Amino acid sequence: MSIIVDHVNYIYGEDTALAVHALKDINLVIPDGQFIGLIGHTGSGKSTLVQHLNGLMRPTSGAIYYNGEDIHDKEYDKKQLRSKVGLVFQYPEHQLFEIDVFKDVCFGPKNLGLSQKETELRAYAALKQVGLEDEFFYQSPFDLSGGQKRRVAIAGVLAMKPEVLILDEPTAGLDPKGRDEILDQIAKLKEETGITVILVSHSMEDVAKYVERIIVMNRGGVLYDDAPREVFQHYKELEQVGLAAPQVTYIMQALAKQGMPVDTSVTTIAEAGLEILRVLHKTV
Amino acid sequence: MIRDITLGQYYQADSVIHRLDPRVKLVATIGFIISLFVVDSWVGYVAAALFLACMIKLSKVPFSYMVKGMRAIVFILMITVVFNLFLTPGEPLVSVWKLTITKEGLRIAVMMAVRLSFLIVGSSLMTLTTTPNSLTDGMEKLMKPLKYVKVPVHEIAMMMSIALRFIPILLEETDKIMKAQIARGADFESGNLIKKAKAMVPLLVPLFISAFRRANDLAMAMEARCYRGGEHRTKMKPLCYRAADRAAYGVLLAYFAGCVAIRIWL
Repeated sequence: MSIIVDHVNYIYGEDTALAVHALKDINLVIPDGQFIGLIGHTGSGKSTLVQHLNGLMRPTSGAIYYNGEDIHDKEYDKKQLRSKVGLVFQYPEHQLFEIDVFKDVCFGPKNLGLSQKETELRAYAALKQVGLEDEFFYQSPFDLSGGQKRRVAIAGVLAMKPEVLILDEPTAGLDPKGRDEILDQIAKLKEETGITVILVSHSMEDVAKYVERIIVMNRGGVLYDDAPREVFQHYKELEQVGLAAPQVTYIMQALAKQGMPVDTSVTTIAEAGLEILRVLHKTV
Repeated sequence: MIRDITLGQYYQADSVIHRLDPRVKLVATIGFIISLFVVDSWVGYVAAALFLACMIKLSKVPFSYMVKGMRAIVFILMITVVFNLFLTPGEPLVSVWKLTITKEGLRIAVMMAVRLSFLIVGSSLMTLTTTPNSLTDGMEKLMKPLKYVKVPVHEIAMMMSIALRFIPILLEETDKIMKAQIARGADFESGNLIKKAKAMVPLLVPLFISAFRRANDLAMAMEARCYRGGEHRTKMKPLCYRAADRAAYGVLLAYFAGCVAIRIWL
């Protein structure tokens, strides 16, 4: 049970003067239940890649397998795939259209052909999962705040009960508080349901706290694919491709350079604090 | 699919035609269209074809690119041809069942097909070699005399350039919303007409909202930069004729005179 990306290439505007090679020979295995951060600079191909994972785009060459089946096989049911691999686009609040929040969240499950009751149960559960209060359920989605709209849009995908949830820059345009709330909610959801989550972002800081694996993309190729602590060791190379490691990495590297024997691979502020204390206790 | 329509798109290249003043190109396009209706003999069409071929060659726009744009109007062209072919009274040529092809019908049908396709190629040559902005600039300048009869020339030109500017943005937006709804299981393709129309709601509502939001933002941004309409507004790059433009007017005049001569004496 997994997604396998096998030698995938994608070229925008093939056969024209403006052809852009957006994905270059991508090979990935995404097993069930992982929490993955997909990081890359603007234009690195991360959004293109995630649109391949649920069959919205067809690779120019190469194949994608979901649970061992080629998703571009003629017999393959794409609609079923899209309910299993849920994709939340950038600025998902721009896709809201129904007269009230609840109806909008019902759109996904209704398209799957579920009964009215099942649809509503799922919509209710999804809205609860994203932490939206009951009082908003029957309001127009256009009257909500930016952060609330985004929750509704994420709930719209969650209501389809995906096995893999992909979020393309879920925190874009939100303030720090809204950002932390959304990410915490996603992490909680991951813990409760055990689904696979792929978090697309251009900020290491955002994802470092949550994910167990980071895939770094640059110019359409995979640059690093490893645990966060391993990836952040390459902080110098990351800077060269327009990214950066979390700030704690820089502090720990600087401390190590000053001769303090700290472990430079810590990824969060809490870990860094403990590590510094540990070293200090030893030396004092 | 929508992106394949080349009609009204700009093709980046560095050519004599690209560098011409937009007013010249506008006048030339109108002149060319009129000339197509002035001539009515084969000699005239050959002349028009030659003129057009020279212009395409000079513009450095690949011919295949223009033909691609033609695909969109093949249907309209077919209807015109079929109607003219069967519904023109005159000397019968072939008769099948109740349909009769007449000699006059054949002549008119072919002529209409030639005229229409030349017309489309000619006007798309203009849009392919002129950026929307300079096109509206040229229009504004050309229509300036209308100001004296209280036509809001500047406002019309501004609306046109905004509308043109927003076409690619809204196309992109449509594509994005469509994908987002497909990811939620929406189906835009199957079903009968009513079902298809209903399926458009999740696409059209967000699209309209986004269009209004963009319009609002744009109006705000223009106001913030003190935009107050056309009065006393100057241009960074005012249009002015150069030697090449005058020469182009000369060529155009010669061509037009030639067409009129063909009409009168042939």
